[in-house]
Amino acid sequence: MRRYLLQRLLLLIPTLVGVSLLVFLMIHLVPGDPAQVMLGERATPQTLAALRREMGLDQALPVQFGKYLWGLLHGDLGRSLRSHEPVVLELLQRFPATCELAVASMLLATTLGVGAGILAAIRRGRAADYASIALATAGLSLPIFWLGLMLVLGLGVLIPLFPISGRLSPGLSVTTVTGLYTVDALLSGDLRAFGDACWHLALPAITLSTVPMAVIARMTRSSLLETLAQDYIRTARAKGLPFRLVVVRHALRNASLPTLTVIALEFGYLLGGAVLTETVFAWPGVGRWLFLAVQARDFRAVQGGVLLLATVFIVVNLIADVLYAWLDPRIHYDT
Amino acid sequence: MGLDPALEGDGESFKVCDNIYETLVAYCPESTDLRPQLARAWEASDDRLTWTFHLRTDVRFHDGTPFNAQAMLFSLGRQFYPDHPFHQVEGTYRYWKDMGMDDIVAGMEAVDDSTFVTRLREPYAPFLSNLAMNFCAAVSPTAVQRYGSAFFKNPVGTGPFRLLEWRRDERLVLARNESYWGPKPALERLIFRPVPEASVAYLELRRGSVHGMDNVSPEHVQAIRGDASLQLLTAPGMNVAYLAMNLEKPPFDQVLVRRAVNHAIDKQALVDNLYQGLAIPAVNPLPPTVWGYNDTIAPYAYDPARARELLREAGFPSGFDTELWAMPMPRPYMPQPTKVAEAIQADLAKVGVRARIVQYEWGTYLDKVYDGQHPMALLGWTGDNGDPDNFLYVLLDKNAATRPAQNVAFYRSEPLHELLVAARRTTDRAERAHLYRMAQEIVHADAPWVPLVHATQAVALRAEVQGFRLHPAGIEWFHPVFLRR
Repeated sequence: MRRYLLQRLLLLIPTLVGVSLLVFLMIHLVPGDPAQVMLGERATPQTLAALRREMGLDQALPVQFGKYLWGLLHGDLGRSLRSHEPVVLELLQRFPATCELAVASMLLATTLGVGAGILAAIRRGRAADYASIALATAGLSLPIFWLGLMLVLGLGVLIPLFPISGRLSPGLSVTTVTGLYTVDALLSGDLRAFGDACWHLALPAITLSTVPMAVIARMTRSSLLETLAQDYIRTARAKGLPFRLVVVRHALRNASLPTLTVIALEFGYLLGGAVLTETVFAWPGVGRWLFLAVQARDFRAVQGGVLLLATVFIVVNLIADVLYAWLDPRIHYDT
Repeated sequence: MGLDPALEGDGESFKVCDNIYETLVAYCPESTDLRPQLARAWEASDDRLTWTFHLRTDVRFHDGTPFNAQAMLFSLGRQFYPDHPFHQVEGTYRYWKDMGMDDIVAGMEAVDDSTFVTRLREPYAPFLSNLAMNFCAAVSPTAVQRYGSAFFKNPVGTGPFRLLEWRRDERLVLARNESYWGPKPALERLIFRPVPEASVAYLELRRGSVHGMDNVSPEHVQAIRGDASLQLLTAPGMNVAYLAMNLEKPPFDQVLVRRAVNHAIDKQALVDNLYQGLAIPAVNPLPPTVWGYNDTIAPYAYDPARARELLREAGFPSGFDTELWAMPMPRPYMPQPTKVAEAIQADLAKVGVRARIVQYEWGTYLDKVYDGQHPMALLGWTGDNGDPDNFLYVLLDKNAATRPAQNVAFYRSEPLHELLVAARRTTDRAERAHLYRMAQEIVHADAPWVPLVHATQAVALRAEVQGFRLHPAGIEWFHPVFLRR
């Protein structure tokens, strides 16, 4: 297991170099000069030249890439062109917000999705099954942006239960330790700020959870149905074990592997930042930041952002692989 | 986004900087006329090359550093002198370069604590307007030395507010400067929050969780006007959206053709349908908010019959084929460029001008347009310093028609050039305004553009917010603002 993990972690390096090269080339091969885009209507030749020099665009492409890789080796992703801040710092500031939202959404999606999936499977062909299928289909097909706005209008304005946007009320503040406001509030023992942060999380988390919830529910249902049709389940039931016990003890554990894969994948996506949800709720996460960086041709930010997302995605999947082995003793990675 | 006034180039940064920093001279509350701020008074020498500023002596920066001529020398000198210890910084002193200050300024000097002198290379009147811009604000030398390249997030100025907290993309909190030299602001705290989705911002305002929002989008105008708990402030912005005809490409070398195109386009329809009323039809390149605007010029009326007649006269009885280039993305002066292009295309078709719409990605578009590859192109401009020179010289002088050109009509008029240069050299405001009014007449007659519209800026506030005034340059000053209980 340890050797396998080491191998997988070492594989990260060539993968990330590949990703960097790809992103680098994509950014530099699309038409349009980033300096020109940034300056817009007021691009005088002098300013353009100064900015191109500042951005390193006056050097040959291989030189630029070499410098970029060299910086990368030292943990230096360069500075964002829009904010003058080191990209690493920019990411460190935004990633916790994305993380907090992703975790909250996944908690919601997993609890409700797995629950609905089990219910549908054991009540196959009955009202609960159809209801959960309908819910899952709706979750998959509702446009996120629209859903977000409707939640804002419904639960934020017409019945003002929740705050509409942002992470914390104007009067409150937390000392940043982890960057996760809920955790930071607890660390400093500020229950009011904790409640406020949770309150702010509610609407964006609900919005963001719909798609993964639907996917998880469907996957749980189908894999549980498949497992329930196996011989050993029939044997267990024939032994006289109560159905509930059979489902929880015997079926669910075996049926959980595909669900786990889906959860890991969806979590990976959410950690990549959710542009639409972050835009609607003014959530200061990685998604919107990266989106704006692409628009502004802030290429150092784009390179750093994509690299972070690739790393996160690979690591989350690695964790899922490790969990498989834990859940299913038949799976070994060492051989 | 950052808070070093000399490094920033975007409006969002300046909205905050406007409340933290101050300049030698400042714009008046509702116009781009100038008033004293950190300088009590100033005078130009007879040859108009030496400008002497007499500074206030009762001003301190937020960090306690006294404001004086040395501080001013530091603030401007770091941008001007290549050997200044803070000249090489992370970023570019963009506006100093953009406004051509390197070519304008010959040197500067702190004569004594309260006397600051700049020498110019040649007489250049708009210089004073440049000094009112953010990049010429006084920054605390102590703070710049202390924070170095991190000054942009530790801003220290002399203004009515100071920075308290800044969480990027989330909120920026300013606190009242308790030792401000002028009338103290009424607001204790001022919180800026970025809300990217206009509908959500509007809902926040309606709910009362924010006191105001800017960049109001046209779709919410009706609802805001009908809501007694809200107020809508609108004012023409300091911008122009225009259609440039490339004089280097026939048939646009013929003035009759250019006038015909001017008569062919229905600007009021653009305003009504594509700006939802948040714009005014343009007559001149200069918006009416800028002094020197010529309000005696009669616009080319929307008159397709007259347009056809002019085309016939020019030798195009059955019109001609051409291209209409359009921006690929919304700009502040034109939120829907593709739709504007389609409307103009339809208008032109009515008089026999068959225009194909051409679009490129934004950077490429600018490259090609500055290079003059277009027959007709949409573009626009947002004024920097509120001086007529900043529209007329920058966009229409013959010197601006060398590639990469900002004069994208490639319009080269000797009489216009003479007027614009004369207006730069005299410091007499009335005389300058007179010259600019004549300049607009020449541009009107030669018709290198179709000046399309001036987009209106709109700010929505809760009814209890008082004292806020919309400035033509988009400045948002909060020190006079208070909340009615």
